[in-house]
Amino acid sequence: MSATVNNEHALDGGPGPMGATYGKMMMWFFIVSDALTFSGFIAAYGFSRFKFIETWPIADEVFTHFPFLHGVNAPMYYVALMTFILIFSSVTMVIAVDAGHRLQKTKVAVYMLLTIIGGFMFLGSQAWEWKNFIKGEYGAVETAGGSILQFVKPDKNEKSGYKRVKLEEFAANLNEEREQLTRDKGVWFMEDKFALTNYSLNEVNQGFKSHPELLVRTEFIKDKEKTVLSREESEKRLKDAVLVVEGANLVRNEYGHKLFADFFFFITGFHGFHVFSGVLLNILVFFNVLLGTYERRKSYEMVEKVGLYWHFVDLVWVFVFTFFYLV
Amino acid sequence: MAHAHESNMKRIWIVFGYLSIITTVEVALGILKPDSLFKNNFLSMSLLNWIFIILTVVKAYYIMWAFMHLEGEKKSLRWSIVAPLVFLILYLCFIVLVEADYIFEVFDNSHYKWIF
Repeated sequence: MSATVNNEHALDGGPGPMGATYGKMMMWFFIVSDALTFSGFIAAYGFSRFKFIETWPIADEVFTHFPFLHGVNAPMYYVALMTFILIFSSVTMVIAVDAGHRLQKTKVAVYMLLTIIGGFMFLGSQAWEWKNFIKGEYGAVETAGGSILQFVKPDKNEKSGYKRVKLEEFAANLNEEREQLTRDKGVWFMEDKFALTNYSLNEVNQGFKSHPELLVRTEFIKDKEKTVLSREESEKRLKDAVLVVEGANLVRNEYGHKLFADFFFFITGFHGFHVFSGVLLNILVFFNVLLGTYERRKSYEMVEKVGLYWHFVDLVWVFVFTFFYLV
Repeated sequence: MAHAHESNMKRIWIVFGYLSIITTVEVALGILKPDSLFKNNFLSMSLLNWIFIILTVVKAYYIMWAFMHLEGEKKSLRWSIVAPLVFLILYLCFIVLVEADYIFEVFDNSHYKWIF
């Protein structure tokens, strides 16, 4: 072994056979395997969706909120905004990498900071999105067979001819005594796992009876629209109802098929976790930039490596956006 | 690094422009849902969905080629990343979605009611 150190081989820190250093290569390996993990999740979502193709919830009826626009139907605007935030933070990241190639320390630091801010903005947006999803908007009832019934009334201004009605708009107020059954009150095996809903099934049923314009909308999709039953059918169908559903949790949700919320929480949650890890890595590298670590190394490759990860997170979001919100 | 790095700023902003335009088109189509695209199917999926998927792949191409800088890597590295992904993902989607459609048919034609 010669005494001179050369950097020609990957394990010595030089570019290997594929022209990438060891570290960069490993980042790519990680990205390929992680990309396959996400593909598995999204394919599983596709599986469930194709399996229940006739009853799957329609995404742009679910995600219709926008900050400060209460009660305004704004499908997709918010996720589009989130997409732009993430794409833009990808742009600031790639500018930081570009500046790193030319050893411009200040510019790298500034753009790393902007990327970190973008990451936090995205995480905040996702938290808000989750809050709305969990809280729900209209409420629904679930039948003994596990299907979700929603309430509508005829409205000529809507494209479908019907307007969704919230439970609070019609449910009767019966001042019933209701108590949450919990283990600490000595109730085992029949305790309520989730907080009591704002309205009891009885109140919803009473309210439905006293509002003759109301109709039941089922999960079943016909000609790309959810089916609305006639008043007689609605009354008959409502007799199957066993509980009131408000918002979403991992067991049931007011939007439709139970798996819909599970996949939403799991896939966007896993992606959000990636964004969060990415922000942490970015912060670490940002401080190293400030401390001049890479300046002394005369190489900003570390910025490039976290950059690869950050773009990957953006790449995954592009697919999540398509398959959750658009398709 | 032996080769000098010239700045790619122009390329970055052009790609950002493309990505923004594609996203805007996607959102606009998603809100308008033109019946001609939404209600016509190709391979049991609406034309609109096909457009969304193709645009997404175009976006993925720009992110990977320009932002992740695959266009500047050696051919061997580039294809050892992209080829396995393309092959495995297409294969996975094919078997999983065909199977799902089959299960849908089974439930649809059976006497057993799944969700009622």
